[in-house]
Amino acid sequence: MNLSRGARAALATFMGLGLALIYLPLVVVLISSFNTDRTFGWPPSGLTFDWWTRTFHNSGAREALATSVKAGLGATAVALVLGTMAAFAVARYRFFGKEAISILIVLPIALPGIVTGIALSNAITTTLAPVGINFGLFTVVVGHATFCVVVVYNNVLARLRRTGGSLEEASMDLGAGVFQTFRHVTFPAIRSALLAGAILAFALSFDEIIVTTFTAGASVQTLPLWIFSNLARPNQAPVVAVVAAILIVISIIPVWLAQRVSSDTAGGRL
Amino acid sequence: MQLTGASSVLHRHPRLRLLLLLAAPMLVLVVVYLGALAVLLLSSFWSTDVFTGNTVKSFTLDNFRDVVNSSTYRTVIVRTVLVAMAVTVICALLAFPMAFYMAKVASPRARRLLVVAVLTPLWASYLVKAYAWRSMLAGDGVVNWALAPFGLRGPGFGLPATVIVLSYLWLPFMVLPVYAGLDRLPDSLLEASGDLGAKAGRTFRSVVLPLAFPALVAGAIFTFSLSLGDYIAVQIVGGKSQLLGNLIQGNAGAANNLPLAAALAAVPIVIMVVFLVGIRRTGALDNL
Repeated sequence: MNLSRGARAALATFMGLGLALIYLPLVVVLISSFNTDRTFGWPPSGLTFDWWTRTFHNSGAREALATSVKAGLGATAVALVLGTMAAFAVARYRFFGKEAISILIVLPIALPGIVTGIALSNAITTTLAPVGINFGLFTVVVGHATFCVVVVYNNVLARLRRTGGSLEEASMDLGAGVFQTFRHVTFPAIRSALLAGAILAFALSFDEIIVTTFTAGASVQTLPLWIFSNLARPNQAPVVAVVAAILIVISIIPVWLAQRVSSDTAGGRL
Repeated sequence: MQLTGASSVLHRHPRLRLLLLLAAPMLVLVVVYLGALAVLLLSSFWSTDVFTGNTVKSFTLDNFRDVVNSSTYRTVIVRTVLVAMAVTVICALLAFPMAFYMAKVASPRARRLLVVAVLTPLWASYLVKAYAWRSMLAGDGVVNWALAPFGLRGPGFGLPATVIVLSYLWLPFMVLPVYAGLDRLPDSLLEASGDLGAKAGRTFRSVVLPLAFPALVAGAIFTFSLSLGDYIAVQIVGGKSQLLGNLIQGNAGAANNLPLAAALAAVPIVIMVVFLVGIRRTGALDNL
């Protein structure tokens, strides 16, 4: 499009302002983690490293982080398997009810988290608890997996549609079996889409609070649940700010990685 | 080459391959997810014994009658839908120019950096971002501090603050699909439109917007649905205002009236299903 120099400059300015808006609260969090004032008053009354040293000795935060990582890895693993299988079925086959299936897969992310949350919570209390499956890490993983599947599915489906099926057909015509074709032809083609999907699925699971609230029960505390219970306490708010600051800084690594490996310039789909 | 047993059977039976591919995902989604939803919707036709707090499993439409007849519930439902629409429109207006700059104006190298820059905040905790806004919008917060020299004050806590915070939280969910949609839009189409004499504005209206529309709708699915069920941001920055999510959560939790919570939860389910069926033909689901 032949954009005038003015239009380009206006768009660039808008982009800059948008990014500034996105990062303003994150910068506030970062500065708050050094603020001597516990209630984040502005401008900061003084700077301190106290909260940072205190955070590193906070076992509650560490355990919650470990729980979140476990739940995220579990949900991502389930989503990778189920999402990839569903994407293959939809991309490579024609069958009755295909549209219904694609809406069904999207449903868990299209319905609000609270609906998923109370539905699963009710199902666990009424049907799973009597057979010995109680609220715990497993139910959190299942709850998260419902909406993580769609992320992997979308990434893999987009890749499969773009690559088409002719390479797989060629491989089969040349005598390769179903599994051989998958290992040598299909998998290399979808590898980066899998990684992009996995990273986004993990991110969604890692930050999920509503579904987690309803599926975790009393014994399991993920990082968002830990943050929720600690943010309201004036003594703990600065420690939460430190945890958040650490997460923001660390999160650059996976996002950057997804960008590097993905040949899609889009860097993954939600 | 001799194919091994399983591989050979699968090779000869594409329908079997399809069945095996679909079995596990459908088992989980239909049994676990749809099953749980169905039980939830079923319980919306039950009632709660006011004395014992137990669920009485006999058919009644009372919960739905309560939801429809109560002016409080109606007000909250309308308010929630308006908030979700406002958030969606704000996100679209902010996201489209950003996504357009990323996809069509920025250099390929800058593009990668910008995608990273937009995606990174997804990892910063939802709660922490909401609380950051709470501290920014508070009486002695950054917003009032920055506006004071101009003699202005921030919105304080309430519905406008809730709309601001929700728009902020869900913005990446709009930018990403719209960016992906614009990225797939071939530059040659834009050039052709220009060569045929269209100015930038005309190209935008007649070429870019119609082709990017499914991607915008895809983003709207996220922003609308995420806002429709949210009850946490409004607790943090909403002052005394309540949204549909608060009612559902209150009835499912503290009030221990699951049947009523289920009837209330049917509202966002119906809205989203109507929304999804309505946008099916736009191809938005392929743009998620």
